[in-house]
Amino acid sequence: MTDVSAKPSAAEIMVWLEDVPDPEIPVVSVVDLGIVRAVAWDGDELVVTVTPTYSGCPATAVISIEIEETLRRRGIAKVRIKSQLSPAWSTDWIGAGAREKLKAYGIAPPVDDARCIGDLKNPIVECPHCGSNATEQVARFGSTPCKASWRCRDCLEPFDYFKRF
Amino acid sequence: MKAAAKIDMALFELALRMGDNDIVLAQRISAWCGHAPILEEDIALANVALDLIGQTKLWLDLAGEIEGAGRSADDLAFLRDARAYKNALLVERPNGDFAYTLMRQFLFDAWHLPMLRALKSSSEQRVADIAEKAEKEARYHLERTEDLIIRLGDGTQESHSRMQAALDDLYPFAGEFVAPDAIDDELASRKIAPALSEIGALYFDYLETALAEATLKAPVDAPVRKGGRKGLHSEELGYLLAEMQFLQRAYPGAKW
Repeated sequence: MTDVSAKPSAAEIMVWLEDVPDPEIPVVSVVDLGIVRAVAWDGDELVVTVTPTYSGCPATAVISIEIEETLRRRGIAKVRIKSQLSPAWSTDWIGAGAREKLKAYGIAPPVDDARCIGDLKNPIVECPHCGSNATEQVARFGSTPCKASWRCRDCLEPFDYFKRF
Repeated sequence: MKAAAKIDMALFELALRMGDNDIVLAQRISAWCGHAPILEEDIALANVALDLIGQTKLWLDLAGEIEGAGRSADDLAFLRDARAYKNALLVERPNGDFAYTLMRQFLFDAWHLPMLRALKSSSEQRVADIAEKAEKEARYHLERTEDLIIRLGDGTQESHSRMQAALDDLYPFAGEFVAPDAIDDELASRKIAPALSEIGALYFDYLETALAEATLKAPVDAPVRKGGRKGLHSEELGYLLAEMQFLQRAYPGAKW
């Protein structure tokens, strides 16, 4: 018989999942990025609903494995990962704390509506190294699907920009 | 004994057509990896290919689910012959030079975006969900190709003449995306997919504006080259599939 009282709550599990790093940007967690949409118990099975960032992102499979392993270590025997496409993942779900972590790591966080100077297609992006706004896009794509390549005209450093999506 | 469930053939065809366009184009542009004229474009082409492969998996998983015969997205991608592929002819055109690859991509992206946008309101929820995801990626793809065809079309004499030659050759293939057949008519009447005439109007209006800005001229009265969406392909698709499917054909069920 299952002891219901022994089951950790969804809120508690979400806190555990904050320890699961994104495989390609390890300073932020899969919860920070908004990849984990929900956790819920279905009997004695824990269902974790995740959404892909980009449909072909190779990190997606690794993320599912890491979530399962983390939960197993916490003593949850039965885990099911459910993929959900809608609503489609958006960088608007990346919280303020995670944006600061990205910046400290050298990745310019996505420019959203509220923060946008210029227009959204051609945003003004602050250099994560020196804080200058004199930056320019080098290429619309970068080292991972979620990033574009930029450079700073003041400190002359190249940097990754987490594209608004 | 349970009677075999009837397969929704129109929906199955839609999923194949959408998925096959994605995978054939992804395979084509993947061949540029390590060969593109500049590093940034090399990375861009590989990233676009990755998005399209991701989208392929969503569409072909759906096709397999509708068919109900236990075929996975991998089975459909690697174990179907050319006649069973339902991509439009444009995407199987060989890579040619960079101008040709770019023009092919632009003509695809310019159709892909309004098509996915319309599919977001499909009466079939699984189609709407995939379209919602893919549309965001397609929008970003078109922003890049639009920017590049304008810069290169309205660029040097050399870049202009190469872009124009690519357009002359590829433009006749564009019409196939929006030339409806009985399957499209059924999908439209069931509100699963938009009427292709509506997408066609948006597509050609957009092309006219963008190509004018790029100082490029679309051929007038070019007959539409089609057949791929019915499984009637050019010779080139066979070679593409031979390369793409080699591993699964030679070593059935191989995994890593």
